[in-house]
Amino acid sequence: MDSTKRYERLRERYLNGDLDRRVFLGLIGAAGLAYGVRTPFVREARAAASEVRFDGWGGVVSEAFREYAFDPYTEKTGVKVVDGTFGGGDEYLSRVKASQPGGYNIAHLSGVFDYARYAGLGLASELNEDNIPNLKYVIPKLVDVFRPITGGKISCVPYDYGTTGLAFNRKHISEDEMKEKGAKILLDETYKGKIAGWSDWRTRIWYASLQTGQDPNNATDMDAIWEAIRTHRDLSLKYWTSGAELMSLLAEEEIYVTEGWSGRIYALQEQGHDIGYMDPPNGFGWQECLFVLKGSPMPECEELLNFMLAPETSIAVAEGQNYPPALDPQKVDLGKKIPTLPAFDPTGTLAGLTFADPEYWNGHEAEWSKEFGRIQKGY
Amino acid sequence: MGVEAREARQPWILLSPALVAITLLLFVPLGFILVYSFWLRTATGADVAGFHLDNWAEALTDRFYRDILLNTLKIAAITTVVCAVAGYPAAYFIARSNRNKGFLLLLLMLPFWVSYIIRTMSWINILGVSGALNSLLLWMGLIDEPLAMLYNEATVILGLVHFLMPFMILNVFVSVDGIDQNLESAANSLGATRVQTFISVTLPLSLPGLAAGGLLCFVLAAGTYITPLVLGGPRDAMFANLVFEAIITQLNWPLGSALSLMLLAVLGALVLVYNHFLGMAQLMKGMG
Repeated sequence: MDSTKRYERLRERYLNGDLDRRVFLGLIGAAGLAYGVRTPFVREARAAASEVRFDGWGGVVSEAFREYAFDPYTEKTGVKVVDGTFGGGDEYLSRVKASQPGGYNIAHLSGVFDYARYAGLGLASELNEDNIPNLKYVIPKLVDVFRPITGGKISCVPYDYGTTGLAFNRKHISEDEMKEKGAKILLDETYKGKIAGWSDWRTRIWYASLQTGQDPNNATDMDAIWEAIRTHRDLSLKYWTSGAELMSLLAEEEIYVTEGWSGRIYALQEQGHDIGYMDPPNGFGWQECLFVLKGSPMPECEELLNFMLAPETSIAVAEGQNYPPALDPQKVDLGKKIPTLPAFDPTGTLAGLTFADPEYWNGHEAEWSKEFGRIQKGY
Repeated sequence: MGVEAREARQPWILLSPALVAITLLLFVPLGFILVYSFWLRTATGADVAGFHLDNWAEALTDRFYRDILLNTLKIAAITTVVCAVAGYPAAYFIARSNRNKGFLLLLLMLPFWVSYIIRTMSWINILGVSGALNSLLLWMGLIDEPLAMLYNEATVILGLVHFLMPFMILNVFVSVDGIDQNLESAANSLGATRVQTFISVTLPLSLPGLAAGGLLCFVLAAGTYITPLVLGGPRDAMFANLVFEAIITQLNWPLGSALSLMLLAVLGALVLVYNHFLGMAQLMKGMG
């Protein structure tokens, strides 16, 4: 029965004298209130199916996604992609935590540890892989690493990978010096005030592990690590908080050396800046995935993921953002530019990259992020 | 209903939209924050509801938070003093300008047309190694190498002064503009020099505006988060940055709630002291 019919019956009962005026008006008022309260949410729910929210890292990365993936996808399907940005997985997680299920849909997350952390907080969806046939082009190792975390299923598709290596100004620091000093260049007194670093606690601990000769996935002497972080802090001009700030500090020559994201450094080189890039032994490798949050419109999200994994889309995005795609070079011809990108592995095995162990890093997250926050501020 | 009763109700009827908004948008969220401050964060990042005093105990007894709070208050105090010293002459000049007052006030409002973040970041282009100032000094031959001027406590204060100066000038302007100039003329005619007139007449009468501007500058400076992030060095964090880190980076909403309420309590106490001695009326005039 529709609302008009209900109203007509009610009016008839009122006119017949079965309802008094007060009850009739009360019921009309209640119906109006219910409609008023319900309508915005119904509109929102209906709108969700015609749009998908995507959040990523901003800057050149978001530009590449917008130009080569979202706009063509919207043109093809009519589904709008609303794209937002974040400074890191922690910040995004906080926003998701403050929102209702469905408010955020897909995130460009970094590392398996983020995947495990989000899944641990009950935010993982379950993708229907049959709806993502282009998943077959992806390096199997990159997909398989997620399955044990979410009971054999996946909540994301791998999309790209890269490294956080050492970026340096070639005018002031030679390649030979970089090779000789490796990660310890960030503790070199000679460059005091010309050193920087990412404000991310994992990266700081990872590099401190390298500087103290420890396994970044199994450090045993944390005191030495905190001391190395203190030394780096005292030599640093600034902790950068975004890719844009990293690029600006290097391009403006405010700093000569920092660790940096491979794709952003490649972008600087493309712009003509004389910035070198080097992955030290056991440098920080990572993969990024497109993670679908629980409560999202799954068919639309799966369709978008499949579109984004199509080789022509994935390659175009990779060339735009300067990170190698997750596509297996043994299955897909990746063109000319991608093999020149930093961290690219032509074998598709990624054997040369060291990834963060999610159990190790997430197991210490609460303790170490807090401790780093203190040391960062002079303690 | 009698006329008196109706008249008594009228202010409340007129105030009701604002009261509802303040209740829903300020007091209810504050209530949530208060409740959150007694919860606990687990190792996985999930929150455990309950009544635990751990966060408050940590926030109130840990030297780390106390030191950063004191440093924040110090930076806010320095910013306020600089704003007062530099802003008073400007406000006085505008108030005593008969022909250009409107134009000068317009100039004063111009910075508000540009985003606070953009204004803060503009200092990077001015003070950076390849910024305008270093380029000028190099071009003039006064220096051989660019000076490192950015990313320290001084640039944080500079950014805050840049942001807050208009608030100070507006408050002092309202106060000075409201002073009857006949009083100054009377002091002059009784033999006081211009300096004596200023010290004995103008300055005391403009003190409420100065205090209102000072309060605004101090409270806004103490609660800032962007300026130290953009213009500060590794150690130049302020208390709001701790709240951000607790809530965003560490996902520790309960501790972040306790820290934010702690800052609110300190700044609220300051406002209460101000209200006790000077009242809020002058502050409203300055803001209006």
